[in-house]
Amino acid sequence: MKAIEGQRVDWIPPALMLAIMLGALAMIGNPSTWVTLTVAGLAMGLLIFIMSSGLTLVFGLMDVMNFAHGLFIAVGAYVAASVMRLFSASVASESFLVNLGAVVPALLAAMLVAGVLGLAFERVIIRPVYGQHLKQILITTGGMIVAEQLIHVFWGPDLLPLPRPTTLRGSFLIGDMAIEKFRLIAVVVGLVVFAAMIVILNRTKTGLLIRAGVENKEMVEAMGYRIRRLFIAVFVAGSALAGLGGALWGMYQESVTVHIGANMMVLIFIVIIIGGLGSIGGCFTGALLVGLVANYVGFLSPKIALGSNILLMVMVLLWRPQGLYPVAKQ
Amino acid sequence: MAENLLTLAGVHTHIGHYHILQGVDLAVPRGELTMLLGRNGAGKTTTLRTILGLWRASAGALRFEAADIAQLETPAIANLGIAYVPESMGIFAGLTVQENLLLAARRGAPDEKRLDWIFRFFPPMKTFWHLPAGLLSGGQKQMLSISRAIVEPRKLVLIDEPTKGLAPAIINNLIEAFAELKKTDTTILMVEQNFHAAKSLGDSVAVMDSGRIVHSGQMAELAADSALQTRLLGLSLEAHQ
Repeated sequence: MKAIEGQRVDWIPPALMLAIMLGALAMIGNPSTWVTLTVAGLAMGLLIFIMSSGLTLVFGLMDVMNFAHGLFIAVGAYVAASVMRLFSASVASESFLVNLGAVVPALLAAMLVAGVLGLAFERVIIRPVYGQHLKQILITTGGMIVAEQLIHVFWGPDLLPLPRPTTLRGSFLIGDMAIEKFRLIAVVVGLVVFAAMIVILNRTKTGLLIRAGVENKEMVEAMGYRIRRLFIAVFVAGSALAGLGGALWGMYQESVTVHIGANMMVLIFIVIIIGGLGSIGGCFTGALLVGLVANYVGFLSPKIALGSNILLMVMVLLWRPQGLYPVAKQ
Repeated sequence: MAENLLTLAGVHTHIGHYHILQGVDLAVPRGELTMLLGRNGAGKTTTLRTILGLWRASAGALRFEAADIAQLETPAIANLGIAYVPESMGIFAGLTVQENLLLAARRGAPDEKRLDWIFRFFPPMKTFWHLPAGLLSGGQKQMLSISRAIVEPRKLVLIDEPTKGLAPAIINNLIEAFAELKKTDTTILMVEQNFHAAKSLGDSVAVMDSGRIVHSGQMAELAADSALQTRLLGLSLEAHQ
């Protein structure tokens, strides 16, 4: 966390990212294609950051391995699809503001429902298995399977359409460059979420407690703070952010299936491992790296695109075994 | 005779399958500095951690003022006015000195006068106010850990081996600071292996062996009786000055 949250910033990982971007420019050759791919990569990375930031804090604070995090992503996407269907007239409007009248309630509802579900999940599933990693893996995986079946009960087994509002379709054309409008929206939302998290972590006492708790939760308790309450708050906030990320990811794909969250979990785990478990700054940098590498490699060498992020993780861990920004745990 | 602020009676603590504390009886008089001495593995650190609820007592009574704290959780015990300086120092390395002290101040922002008082003993805390605590030296980290414990007035401060691994000049600095702290009527229970520090600071003393208190009394009496020191601790205090 000291990467971004602390007073001294380690600039080597951002410099590495810049080097990758410049290297990609040299290999791609065409600047307009490069800009399109870079914006797509940043958008994908920021969406992954939104989805994974809560999970890294949950692991950092309480050593909880929540394999059901994808559930909150899926529920967020389904709730957003349902709300967008309710506002179908606004979705079809040619006005950006009217479109927002559908998108904003959909995103807020996705966060609310995912947050409430997170609260229930922590109380029923997580709380009995604090400190027991194997049981956490088993019970959260089991909880995910049960929850996916419940999604089938509520929303049915079929693919659910989640159409993008009219004004968020298509691309901005600047010369030869085509930048998808929705990706720009994803970049803006992702940066707002990141900035809000940095402000909260650095400028509020709750943020200080979270950072301290990630390092040494026993000492935080010895100072008189109830870390479990803090953990519940972080778990709920992390679930809500996963719901927000799921809603945006669903809109990006324009459809939702029950596996939308589970499909993202591999990337999310790669991001929080690359970043350093418990580090928000690391999660942010890791997510951008993953998004950029996936897009560049997908364009340059589609055959190895699937394995590119695994390869990225291996290389980062060979360089920094505790992740890009390891948290000093005690 | 001062009344007792903290009393342990027949306290047992198990850690996993290990029976560490085997009936500890300990009284900590209000306003005094009580030294907890003993060989390595005698149960001193476990005693401090059990008082704070970091290890749960499996039997026995723990009373702090009028409160039974045996079943309370650690935050509730700490909020009764107990601060803890662990052997590992427990500083938050990614947080600045300022942020470490801000967290320790439960009543809001740290009091300016209190901070000035702390800065008099520990000038590096002022010098490195905005530096991440992980970049401090070992002695400075210990100063920060102690500063955190006393950033607000506390009824009881539990301190675990504050001079361990520190240079003599830093140890003398700490001894002076603890002597000043004693003047504020703060009750202190300190585990210490440095007999010079123990002798110069302690009002009363309790000696542990094999998870029990095997001697308690005035520090001056133990300091004056080299035969007793040898019997209880395996060596004389004088030999370590």
